[in-house]
Amino acid sequence: MTLRDHAIRYGFIVLLFGLVAYFSIAADGFVSPQSAVFIFQSVAITGVLALGVTATLVVGGFDLSIGSVATSAMMAAAYVMVVLEQNALVAVVVCLLIGAIVGLINGWLIVYMRVPDLLATLGMMFLLVGLQRIPTEGRSIATGMTMPDGSVANGKFSDAFLALGRHRFDFFIPNLIPVSVVVLLVLAVLIWFFLEYTRFGRMMYAVGSNERAAELAGAPVKAYKIWAYVISGVFASIGGILLAARLGRGDIASGNNLLLDAVAAALIGYAVLGAAKPNAFGTAVGALFVGILLQGLTMMNAPYYTQDFVKGVVLVIALVFTFALSGRGRR
Amino acid sequence: MVGNAVFRVEGLRKSFGHNEVLGGVSLELHAGEVTVLMGANGAGKSTLVKIISGVYERGGGTMALADQDFAPKTPAEAIRAGVVTVHQNINDGVVADLDVATNLTLDRLSGKGAPTLFNPARVRREAKAVADRMGLAIDLKARVSDLSLADRQMVAIARALAHQPKVLILDEPTSSLSSAEADRLFALIDRLREQGVAILYISHRMSDIRRLADRIISMRDGIISGIFDKKPLDYEGAVNAMLGRKIHLDQIVVRNSAKAILTIEGLRIAPGARPISLTLGDGEVVAITGLVGVGKTALAETLFGVRRPLAGTMTMNGKPYAPETAGEAIAAGVFLVAKDRGENGIVGGFNIQENISLPFHKRMSRFGILRRRLERATARRQIEELGIVCRSEKDEMSELSGGNQQKVMVARWMAQDAKLFILDEPFQGVDISARRDIAAKLRASANGRATLLFVTELDEALETADRILVMSEQTIVGEHRNADVDLDRLLAEVAGGPLHSAA
Repeated sequence: MTLRDHAIRYGFIVLLFGLVAYFSIAADGFVSPQSAVFIFQSVAITGVLALGVTATLVVGGFDLSIGSVATSAMMAAAYVMVVLEQNALVAVVVCLLIGAIVGLINGWLIVYMRVPDLLATLGMMFLLVGLQRIPTEGRSIATGMTMPDGSVANGKFSDAFLALGRHRFDFFIPNLIPVSVVVLLVLAVLIWFFLEYTRFGRMMYAVGSNERAAELAGAPVKAYKIWAYVISGVFASIGGILLAARLGRGDIASGNNLLLDAVAAALIGYAVLGAAKPNAFGTAVGALFVGILLQGLTMMNAPYYTQDFVKGVVLVIALVFTFALSGRGRR
Repeated sequence: MVGNAVFRVEGLRKSFGHNEVLGGVSLELHAGEVTVLMGANGAGKSTLVKIISGVYERGGGTMALADQDFAPKTPAEAIRAGVVTVHQNINDGVVADLDVATNLTLDRLSGKGAPTLFNPARVRREAKAVADRMGLAIDLKARVSDLSLADRQMVAIARALAHQPKVLILDEPTSSLSSAEADRLFALIDRLREQGVAILYISHRMSDIRRLADRIISMRDGIISGIFDKKPLDYEGAVNAMLGRKIHLDQIVVRNSAKAILTIEGLRIAPGARPISLTLGDGEVVAITGLVGVGKTALAETLFGVRRPLAGTMTMNGKPYAPETAGEAIAAGVFLVAKDRGENGIVGGFNIQENISLPFHKRMSRFGILRRRLERATARRQIEELGIVCRSEKDEMSELSGGNQQKVMVARWMAQDAKLFILDEPFQGVDISARRDIAAKLRASANGRATLLFVTELDEALETADRILVMSEQTIVGEHRNADVDLDRLLAEVAGGPLHSAA
């Protein structure tokens, strides 16, 4: 391998370690278990969404609706518990169903109605942003709120549900690792294994690379595509559950950045280990990369409004790594 | 020799990494001459063409056009200098979403002196002039994506000719043309030759070469291995220089089959077509030949479950066979090596190993988890079996020559035992030695299955098959045992037209 190959393959990982080393020296308290956990926690929800969107990228699609699926799931969880006064399990099941149904509709639009993926999921995004406001006439959901018909909602977030956002597991240090981080890690390993080691994951990559060849190799291409959107929808709704559990209310204004952050993490993932294709490991590293960068900058007192700019810079650099340096598609 | 060289290449070199593709190539092209370039796949023809046309940078050597140094940095520069190339991949030469007229005048949309505003009337006028000059009978308003492959090819060539080139390079231009269309192309090449254009013609088809060549240059392993310009041209010598061994038409020992594997009765694949009935036997290699567009691919796809027949039944090993999807066909033991490997076969993001295992994931996995060791062993065995030239089973497909890519496609479907093995144009863009390897492999492994080839080239059928069926107008019109073929009758059947026999 030439120096260039090494640069493409390990460049981003080296950059990541360089960043950690720099912040360790420059920022006080950056090296601590609490700080590490905080980084993981800050990227947990976007990371889960990013892993889902990776599945659609693998089949050559895209899902712009993940952010609004997550916020819809959050509002639904709040509505189910606060207004309908149901328990945590019902709330979680409703959220997952919403994710699966939206994924099915997305897949149906793209595969059978032949709407281009970006447009179909863009439409779905608008639809969901609007839909989640209708039941409460645009108000956030919290215990004691007044409903449109004048009644007062008396239900509350169950403790079991809130634990999803607030409970911390002991890990050498008591109360260290939040549930959301565990969920992120478990889902990351699951989707990574699924994409890399199962025949279904392999065929999804084939569908993304040459749909016609996959079809002539006997694969049910349409089903694979629809499943990819279902995976994406379900992962997004899991992100929404975690968001609701963290906030403890159905906040109409939260979750604005989820889509862009998740997509950025998945695209940064292309550059990790020179994969030059969507991959779960890369996506996880991409999410972490953004988290570490933001945490480090924050600890060095960089103002919060520079964050989006920094993310954008990282994304652009990663894309240059992927498309220009690795030279895919040039020969 | 006719006059001086218009175009001269001296000591051209090119390497990709450690892999030297061109090792000092020198050649001349003369005005008003057709120079045919022959070479096996991987000999460096495509690389040479890409350097001349400004796609690749050269590694060393010089090029001169009319005694001026010629060093195009982009394809556009080469075209403006008067060196125009029609590449093998047709879709590189046309923009599918635009209409024919815009395609024909596309290059006038940019460059110095191009008008800022797009004027459809002027475009159509100019396009009509271009089309008339080469006798192109295609609706100028049609979208290129709606055209057949052959028509697209004609548009791509017409577009290249709109530049009035000094040097014209044609890279396997007839590989997807019917013989009538090829004749039109040849007539055009004759006219250009009279106008003094220097033409470099790359082809594997001996019939083209005999029809057109003024000189033949053979390439082998990145160098020129022979130049033939004395009349009459020494075709055998040229082939020999290209392959480096004496080729002789392997005489086929024709086999007859006792046991039927697939029986087709009354199959209709197009409205108004006469029904097809045929039987394919165990151990038999049957070739179906016919011109482009007579329904060969439609029949292949019908057998493979990608297309539904209008009428008729199929029986396989005594059981009814009516696949609804490719998956069902594969499960029933019917495999298809589809034509046009780039579009229908190769998964670009996958390496050789992953390309080979593609249809058989289920058989290669346990609880849904791929058994990578088995996958790798299968790939290695298949690479060995078919003599695929590569460094390892992890090589990217884009690093392989066309012939080796095709071998991977055949290897993919030979990794498991088929009952009916269908190959649609398996020798498209494949050099003679790879073609012989594949044909020999097919014949050697034919026992236990029926093998069905769809080929346009008669030679390919004669070289590989026990039995040759002729297709015309979506049906089978003739059958020949490949022992003492009545070529006149066969050619008459291929050419179609009114059938004289009692129908």
